[in-house]
Amino acid sequence: MNQALMDKIESEQLRTEPLEFNVGDIVKVHTRVKEGAKERVQVFQGIVIARRGRGLNATFTVRRISYGQGVERVFPVNSPNVEKVTVERRGKVRRAKLTYLRERIGKRAMLVKERK
Amino acid sequence: MIGLIGKKIGTSRVYDDAGNAVCVTVIHTGDNRVVQCKTADGKDGYNAVQIGYDDQSHKRRVTQPLQGHFKKHNAEATKWVKEFRDFSLEVQPGDTVPVTIFEPGDYVDATARTKGRGFQGVVKRWNFAGGPASHGQKGWFRRPGSIAAGSTPGWVSKGKKMPGHMGQRQRTVQNLKIVQVREEDQLLLVKGAIPGANGDYVVIREAKKKPKATK
Repeated sequence: MNQALMDKIESEQLRTEPLEFNVGDIVKVHTRVKEGAKERVQVFQGIVIARRGRGLNATFTVRRISYGQGVERVFPVNSPNVEKVTVERRGKVRRAKLTYLRERIGKRAMLVKERK
Repeated sequence: MIGLIGKKIGTSRVYDDAGNAVCVTVIHTGDNRVVQCKTADGKDGYNAVQIGYDDQSHKRRVTQPLQGHFKKHNAEATKWVKEFRDFSLEVQPGDTVPVTIFEPGDYVDATARTKGRGFQGVVKRWNFAGGPASHGQKGWFRRPGSIAAGSTPGWVSKGKKMPGHMGQRQRTVQNLKIVQVREEDQLLLVKGAIPGANGDYVVIREAKKKPKATK
């Protein structure tokens, strides 16, 4: 009974439409940002280098190079602030976690084979 | 003072209106049955409400003294009975206290038994530093060190922190905010952590230091 109650609480908060993307994809994450009373949508574009957790605890990590500086953001999959995620380019990778990209600099830093 | 008895069910997270994740402990309150009301001018000499929680269909699961107590007050047999001093709601024996006495935004104190840790050393039990790990140290890693001076004063001060049994003690966490009250499932979602394992009994009281605004 207890687990059923927990599942009920958690399932209420899950996304109705799951986010469709994989590790290695280049994505645009549309997030809601509140500034004072105004709300606007901010876009963060980069490579998905990890997906972890399941259910309500699932998160994904997006890495981009911003003005020569590597930036990673971790988004909870089920956060209401993540409005949508659009895939710009599908990547073909052989790892579940692309931490090796962190050591790369320059052009190779964002280099992931495209999946046809 | 208002309060409820419940069972810790688990921990999770919920998103608030701003989209922030809030870590919550889920407490199932179920039927809180009023067993007895004590009054200051009665023979008890103080105001209190006794609440029973966790119905037992099989009466043999309740101790005989408690069975007698329930019989005397014509109450349902419950596993746990707890008294709340100066209960500020008007209740009669036989009533059930609903979850809705609390509202989101209220502050509560949660009392429960911590998880038992067994016999523990001073490092885990009292956060002693232990010995140095390097520079040729050997065999002196998690020891308590000196416990007192020599023949003056010739004794170890009382209450000296030493190894021993840890956990399984009643502890209260104060000023926890109520995030959600779910009437249909009789659940309370409280921000933050509460002592004890899932399935343990928890007493939820109105916060002593942040009482609910009187209605």
